[in-house]
Amino acid sequence: MHFLANPARFLRIARPATAWLLTIGLILAIAGMAAGLALTPPDYLQGETVRILYIHVPSAWLGMAGWGGIAAASISQLVWRHPLAAIAGRACAPAGATFAGICLITGSIWGRPTWGTWWEWDGRLTSMLILFFLYLGFIALAGAERERGGDGRISAIYGLVGAINLPIIHYSVLWWRTLHQGESIGLTGTTIDSSLLWPLPLTMVGFTCLFAAVVLMRMRAELARTKVEARLRRTAAA
Amino acid sequence: MNPWPFVLGAYATAVLGTGGLLLWAFASMRGAEAAADSLKRR
Repeated sequence: MHFLANPARFLRIARPATAWLLTIGLILAIAGMAAGLALTPPDYLQGETVRILYIHVPSAWLGMAGWGGIAAASISQLVWRHPLAAIAGRACAPAGATFAGICLITGSIWGRPTWGTWWEWDGRLTSMLILFFLYLGFIALAGAERERGGDGRISAIYGLVGAINLPIIHYSVLWWRTLHQGESIGLTGTTIDSSLLWPLPLTMVGFTCLFAAVVLMRMRAELARTKVEARLRRTAAA
Repeated sequence: MNPWPFVLGAYATAVLGTGGLLLWAFASMRGAEAAADSLKRR
């Protein structure tokens, strides 16, 4: 991790990595979505609406992974004072918020024909909505802190406190058995038939690569902006 | 109830959301790096 503490070294890796992640991500995400729309059979119970799974599950994973990234960056900043940690945390937030939003909207669209309702104040849905609002709070707080020249410590603490919501989201379907179905994909197996499941790894990996590309692009933008600001300050002082 | 409008609506949300995010991140990166490069050349 400290290998990447030097921004010049980080950029040498980030520039080619961005292009690779974008290319692989676009290919896999498009292939997975096309397969999910056209090649898999309808589910015996949910019918055609099961196809929403191929975009809803990756967006839920990335909505949560984004905050996991913020929490990891926050620890790195508070404990090791890693120079790129605050930038990495800020870079994760817009991507995580977007995928949390996509998860909420696609889940709601899936719920209408399947459950008969757009929304239910169920444990999983509510904790995911809270995650979305936590993202908005983080974006506002980190932006304000940066504007005032802060070191990002307040937003790092906020990022760590907000991580409490991650296990709540994960276990919500076990703790409050309401409308959202229980865990259908775990580390040890799945309850989904393989004829329906196979496009899901494509969209999972594809959207994850796109997420990583966005984070790298945001970090590169912020590093470039910091360089411009430092240069302008030096010019003004001279 | 015809499920296809829901399925296509969900896919459109994902494609537009992800596409918009990628375009915004790419444009802001290009803009910031171009500004840094032009300042360096000055």
